[in-house]
Amino acid sequence: MADIVLDHVYKRYPDGTLGADDVNIEIADGEFIILVGPSGCGKSTTLNMIAGLEDISDGELRIGGQRMNERAPKDRDIAMVFQSYALYPHMTVRENMAFPLKLAKVDKAEIDRKVTDAAKILDLTQHLDRKPANMSGGQRQRVAMGRAIVRSPKAFLMDEPLSNLDAKLRVQMRTMVSKLQQRLETTTVYVTHDQTEAMTLGDRIVVMRSGVVQQIGSPQHLYDHPANLFVAGFIGSPAMNFLPARLENDSLRTALGDLALSDQVRQTLSSSGAERDVIVGIRPEHFEDAALIEEGIRHQGSTFSAQVDVLESMGSDKFAYFTIEEQATSDELAELAADAGTADVPGGDAGQLVTRLSAASGASEGQSVDVWVDTSKLQVFDPKNGKNLTASEAAPATV
Amino acid sequence: MATAVESRPAAPAKGSSKGAGMSEGQKKTWWAVADLVVLLYALVPVLWILSLSFKTTDTITDGNFFPRSWTLDNYAQIFQIGLFTAALRNSIGIALISTVLAVVIGTMAAYAIARLDFPGKKVLVGVSLLIAMFPQISLVSPLFDIFRGIGIFDTWLGLILPYITFALPLAIYTLSAFFREIPWELEKAAKMDGATPLQAFRSVIVPLAAPGVFTTAILVFIFCWNDFLFAISLTSTSRSQTATVAIANFTGASQFAEPTGSIAAAAVLLTIPIIVFVLFFQRRIVAGLTSGAVKG
Ligand SMILES: Nc1ncnc2c1ncn2[C@@H]1O[C@H](COP(=O)(O)OP(=O)(O)OP(=O)(O)O)[C@@H](O)[C@H]1O
Ligand SMILES: [Mg+2]
Repeated sequence: MADIVLDHVYKRYPDGTLGADDVNIEIADGEFIILVGPSGCGKSTTLNMIAGLEDISDGELRIGGQRMNERAPKDRDIAMVFQSYALYPHMTVRENMAFPLKLAKVDKAEIDRKVTDAAKILDLTQHLDRKPANMSGGQRQRVAMGRAIVRSPKAFLMDEPLSNLDAKLRVQMRTMVSKLQQRLETTTVYVTHDQTEAMTLGDRIVVMRSGVVQQIGSPQHLYDHPANLFVAGFIGSPAMNFLPARLENDSLRTALGDLALSDQVRQTLSSSGAERDVIVGIRPEHFEDAALIEEGIRHQGSTFSAQVDVLESMGSDKFAYFTIEEQATSDELAELAADAGTADVPGGDAGQLVTRLSAASGASEGQSVDVWVDTSKLQVFDPKNGKNLTASEAAPATV
Repeated sequence: MATAVESRPAAPAKGSSKGAGMSEGQKKTWWAVADLVVLLYALVPVLWILSLSFKTTDTITDGNFFPRSWTLDNYAQIFQIGLFTAALRNSIGIALISTVLAVVIGTMAAYAIARLDFPGKKVLVGVSLLIAMFPQISLVSPLFDIFRGIGIFDTWLGLILPYITFALPLAIYTLSAFFREIPWELEKAAKMDGATPLQAFRSVIVPLAAPGVFTTAILVFIFCWNDFLFAISLTSTSRSQTATVAIANFTGASQFAEPTGSIAAAAVLLTIPIIVFVLFFQRRIVAGLTSGAVKG
C-alpha cells in the first residue's frame, strides 16, 4: 500500500518523441485511477515509467514517499497486468502464480496457501494444473490477475487488461476487477481505451493527449465540467455535440437559432470578453422533445425545429439525429474524430447533431419536430485553444 | 549422409493449412502422396548405399537393388583398419565440441541481436552473413599456412576453429529468429515479478528458446560432421583426421580394386550418429511452445 506521485515527469524517447510531457499526478493510497486518451497519447509510457520498464527522462517518481527513478522494477514492489497477459507458457497456472513468490524466496507452504487463496478469489481452483495455451481468454486474464495479487504488492498497474476480451466477457471482468480492487484496497493505475471502463471503474480519471495531461478528476466531474474541448469530446458516449457559434451580448448565435444564455453561464462568460466566435458544446441528453417540456421550465432553454434524419428507439430513450450545415473545427476535434475513426466516414459524427429524447416523444423519421435545449447546461469553448469558458472558474481545482 | 536426416522433419506434414474446396479425406491423400514422393526422393540414395554395404565384392557391381548374397564383411573390414575407429572418435569429438561452443556463443549473440539496439548491430549481422557466403575453398590455403605457422595444423583445435567460424552465422540466424518469436512482454513480466535479468533469462527465456537451441544444435552438428574440405586440408594423420577423410583414404585389396563396399559401409555408419542426435533432440523441439503466452 502506498501513494504514487509523479512530479513534473517527462519522457523523451531517443528519436525525440515526447511520450510524457510534464506529467503531474498524485495518486492517493488505495485509489483506483484511470489513464485514458486516444492511441499514442502516452498512457503506456506513463504506466511503464511507474513500473520501471521505461526510464524517466526528467522529474521524479515517488512511491510511498520514496524516490523510485533509479530503482529496478523488481525493487519497486509493484505488480503489473499486461494487455497481452504475458503468461509464462511453459508453466502451469499454479507455477505462473507462484513465480513472483518463488523469486521473493517465500517458503513453500506459504506459497501454496497464497496461490490457493488467489485461485479461490479468481475462480481458478480447478484450472491450477493447466497450461495457459489450453485456456480461454477470460481464464488467462484471471491468471494474469492472480499473478499480480498473490504478492500483495504496493500497487497494481494494468495496461488495457481487458481489451483482448470480447464484449460480454469484458463486462464480467470489469465487475470482477472493480470488486477485487475494493476488496484488496491496493492503489491501482489502470490504462484503458474504453469509455465505460473509464467511467465505471475509477475513483478519478486522467485524460491525456500527446503526452500532456488534460484534466484529472472524478468521472462525474469530467463529464459535467470538462476543462477543454478535448476532454469534452472524449468523455461521454454518444459524444457531446459541437457547434460553431457567435457570442453576441446575451445570446449565442448558432445553426440551431439563437440560444439564450442562462444567468450562470452569462456571468462566467462576461468576464472572458465581448463579441467573439466560440464553439458551443451540448450533450445529447440536454435536448428534449419540446412537447414534453412543462411550460414552467420551458423558458430555461431555447427551442428550435428541425427535420429528423434518423431515429433510433432504444426502448428507454429515442436518439434523434439531425443534420447541421456548419461544423465546428479545431485541432482537438479533428484528433478526436481521427481516433474514433469517424473522420472520413461519410455521414459520420461530422455535421450531425445527436439528441436523446425521452421515449414518450412523438418524433419520427423524416418529420419535423420541435426540440428544446437546456441552455443552462451549455458548455462554451474557445476555438483557438479549446479552453472551456464556462466551467473553469466554478470548478474546484483539479490539476 | 545428410539426406537421411533432412527427410525426417518432412514426415510430419503440416496438415493444418486449410485447402479450400477439398474434403478432409482428399486433403489427407494429397499430403500422403506428397510425403511419399519427398521421402522416396531423399531415401533412395541412402537405401542404395545400405544395399551396397551388404553386398559381396563380386556382386557389388551387379546393379541389383536387393543384394543376392548378403555379407557383413564390409563392416568387419573397415574396423580392421584401426584408422577408421580413430577417425570416428575424432569426428564425434570435434563435431560435439564445435556444436556446443557455436551454440553457446550463438545464443548470446542472437539474444543481443534480437533484443538490444546497439550501434553497429546491422554491420554485425551483415558481416556474419558475409562469412556464411564466403567461399570456403579460398580460405583453405591461407589457413593451411597459418595453422602450420602457429602449430595447430593437424590438431582438433585446427578444425574446431574454422567449424565454429562457419557455423556461427547459421547459429545466429536460426537463433535470433527464435528469440524474436518470444514475446518481449514475458521478460517485462518477469522483471515486474521480481526477477533479475539473469533470472528472467534463465527461467523464462531459455526454456522458451530451447526448441531453437536444439534445432540449431542439430544443424551445426550436421555441418561439422559432414565437412570434408577443411578436414582433408588441415589434417594429415589419424591424430585429427575425421571419418569423412578416412573414407576417402580407403584403399581396395589391390590398387585396381575400388573399395566400394567399405565406403558404403562406412557411409552407413557415419549416418547413424546423426540419426541418433536428431532423434534425441527432436523430442525437445516442440513446435508452438510459446502459444498461450500472449493473445494474437
Ligand atoms: N520506444 C519508443 N521509441 C520512440 N517513441 C515511442 C516509443 N514507445 C512509444 N513511443 C511514442 O510515444 C508516444 C506514446 O506512446 P504510448 O505507447 O505511451 O501510447 P499509448 O497511449 O499507450 O497508446 P495506445 O493506446 O495505442 O497503447 C507515441 O507517440 C509513440 O509513438
Ligand atoms: Mg498503450
